[in-house]
Amino acid sequence: MNLQVSSSPHIRDQASTTRLMLDVIIALLPALGVSIYMFGVRSLLIVFLTCTTAVLFEYLSRRLMKRYNSIGDLSAVVTGLLLAFNLPPTVPLYIPVIGSFVAIIVVKQMFGGIGQNFVNPALASRIILTLSFPAAMTRWAILAGRVPGHGIPGTEPIGEGLDLIATATPLYLIQAGETGQAIMPGYLDLFIGYKGGCLGEVSILALAAGVVYLLIRRVISPLIPVTYILTVAMLTALFGQDPLYHVLSGGLFLGAFFMATDYVTSPLSHKGKIIFGLGCGLITSLVRLFGGMTEGVSFAILFMNILTPHIDRWTIPVPFGGARHAKS
Amino acid sequence: MFRFGHFSGGVHPRGNKNTHFYPTVRLDKFATVRIPMSMHIGPPCTCLVKEGDPVKVGQLIGRADAPMAVPIHSSVSGTVKSVLKEVASTGKAVQVVVIESDGLNTVDESVQPPVITDRASFLQAVWDSGLVGLGGAGFPTHIKMQPPAGKEPDVLVINAAECEPYITTDFRQCAEHPDEVIDGIIQVMKHLGIPKALIGVESNKPLAIDVLNYELMKLKLSANLEPDISIVRLKTRYPQGAEKMLIYSLTGRKVPAGGLPHDVHVLVLNVGTVRFISKYLKTGMPLIRKRLTLDGSAVKVPCNINVPVGAPIPDVIEAAGGMTGEPGKVIMGGSMMGVALDRLEASIIKQNNAILVFDQKEAQLPPETQCIRCARCVNVCPMHLMPTTLDNMSRNQDIEGLNQYHIMDCIECGSCTYVCPAKRHLVQSIRIGKMHIRSAPRAAQAKEGAAK
Repeated sequence: MNLQVSSSPHIRDQASTTRLMLDVIIALLPALGVSIYMFGVRSLLIVFLTCTTAVLFEYLSRRLMKRYNSIGDLSAVVTGLLLAFNLPPTVPLYIPVIGSFVAIIVVKQMFGGIGQNFVNPALASRIILTLSFPAAMTRWAILAGRVPGHGIPGTEPIGEGLDLIATATPLYLIQAGETGQAIMPGYLDLFIGYKGGCLGEVSILALAAGVVYLLIRRVISPLIPVTYILTVAMLTALFGQDPLYHVLSGGLFLGAFFMATDYVTSPLSHKGKIIFGLGCGLITSLVRLFGGMTEGVSFAILFMNILTPHIDRWTIPVPFGGARHAKS
Repeated sequence: MFRFGHFSGGVHPRGNKNTHFYPTVRLDKFATVRIPMSMHIGPPCTCLVKEGDPVKVGQLIGRADAPMAVPIHSSVSGTVKSVLKEVASTGKAVQVVVIESDGLNTVDESVQPPVITDRASFLQAVWDSGLVGLGGAGFPTHIKMQPPAGKEPDVLVINAAECEPYITTDFRQCAEHPDEVIDGIIQVMKHLGIPKALIGVESNKPLAIDVLNYELMKLKLSANLEPDISIVRLKTRYPQGAEKMLIYSLTGRKVPAGGLPHDVHVLVLNVGTVRFISKYLKTGMPLIRKRLTLDGSAVKVPCNINVPVGAPIPDVIEAAGGMTGEPGKVIMGGSMMGVALDRLEASIIKQNNAILVFDQKEAQLPPETQCIRCARCVNVCPMHLMPTTLDNMSRNQDIEGLNQYHIMDCIECGSCTYVCPAKRHLVQSIRIGKMHIRSAPRAAQAKEGAAK
């Protein structure tokens, strides 16, 4: 008779890494739908490219490094999706492939794979792409029929065979001081997604649907995104700008709920999560208010990712019953 | 009744309290019993019998020579077949007395109700009865009842939370013998001078709360007795029955790190322990039988049974209806904190409150994968530790880090391992980490010695 001997506990919860990743994928689907509606089928093509190449790179690198095959945990698909969501709809199609390579091979697998990367792979990849291809990464466009407001921002056709027309992001308009223009989308447009921007960031409504799902499934904790968004709202208000506009624009919502909550690169304790959210909010606001760039979400989260091990060390929770007195 | 507080964290595993409504069945037909000479956490007892000796029920066969040891009595009448040394599941070698039962269960003459005159004689009686904490840890009860000066309890906490899945013995104890439970509490309060008692029961056992309240009502109406005993309904959340969590939930007091309940003037006793005290004071029959839950996927008939201490587990399972097939895992205790046995051929011991037998499928452990830092372990830890960090440090043998992250405060409740989506063996790793810490001074000494 062969009896299994192991340390207690002898029963386990149903939760698994794969299931958590699947939940995140499900939560991102509404935003993907809106993206296709706003930017056309090209949006789907970019998502398809990043996801398939991310999984492929994951498989190849694990194989090359003689480690177990980890594509089953679906984390590469999540990275692929988030990377695509951070790209403008006009990118040349080699950029998503390079992005996947950077995210999966350089940022994730070279540091040991899932759980070991010190920054969010999709974000780091987006930043590297922005620095490497500044023009291609900031060409915003939108389907002709989905232009916000009633004005037509521009008529240059983008690329060949694309029925996208150029538009500016709301944050760009704020920075350029064109807040009075008729082309500024209203709150409702911002909320539903009638605006220029990256693939996945435009529709707050669709993202919020995913967030509700994640919160109900208890996949993410609201601590980081709520502190993050509140900090941005308060700081922008303090400097005389419209906080609601800031919250609804750019990648803040996507970043706060789907990138800053990345388990691997955010602190473990509640206190740490609040510090993380505050830091992200502070840096995002500083970049948006005083920086040369229109958007600071990715840099803010990346910087706080790097600080995470330190935050974890600063916020070791006090055990129940108080700290043990050091024995002298 | 008003609930004081609730600890933070914890998990809610499936209750699996299949045996909730099954009355305890007394099983007696065991050809032999094998009684180990160590069923408590102190030093083992000195064996008083040898091969061929006749023994009777309740006869002293293991003498306690140290204050931390607890005497051991024969659970059947018959003849000592052999006294042998065996390696127990804990890895330690223990002496085992094998007794062939004559099936008569003749009671020894020494079994007489103890005469209690004062506190000292009460404590002596508790010691003589062979009582250890029946909740599972096997801590000698008479030691628990004698806190250092200045730390005398002002509240008696009775643990009837029974938060472990599967186990229903404490509940059956309350449901079947509420009179003895209440009487035991009154005796302990009287002899130890504790003014107040709180019984903690999880909300999934409303019947236990009702019968105990009914018992208190009866006392008031028939004998006009109104002891200060309250039955408190606790949230159903594992590990509600862990000593520190229970004390906090009932009294709002926090046992300091590294401390014991007496540091906050509390005495915690299991409901089975107080019921035994009541019975012992009336009959003088020492602790020789144990009530336990037999359950698990490989058990044909899940049930609550009352068996003699030392009954061989295979015989107990057979007598209770047998198994459905090849067992994959045998657990002594609950599914969250019990010990997996390396063989079926072990005996029922005093502090056993369950035997769980899992089939091959349920015994399979999911493969361990890399931590994704989801912080679930941190959120559920009732002691507010960081299990995943401890896991890493333990694997790296980072003694300094382990201390800095309070590893010794871990109560090994298993909540972190239970929720881990990466299926990491967190508690196992933490246990190994504790071993590293305990052996660190010794290792340093050895190094120093070698250098000289």
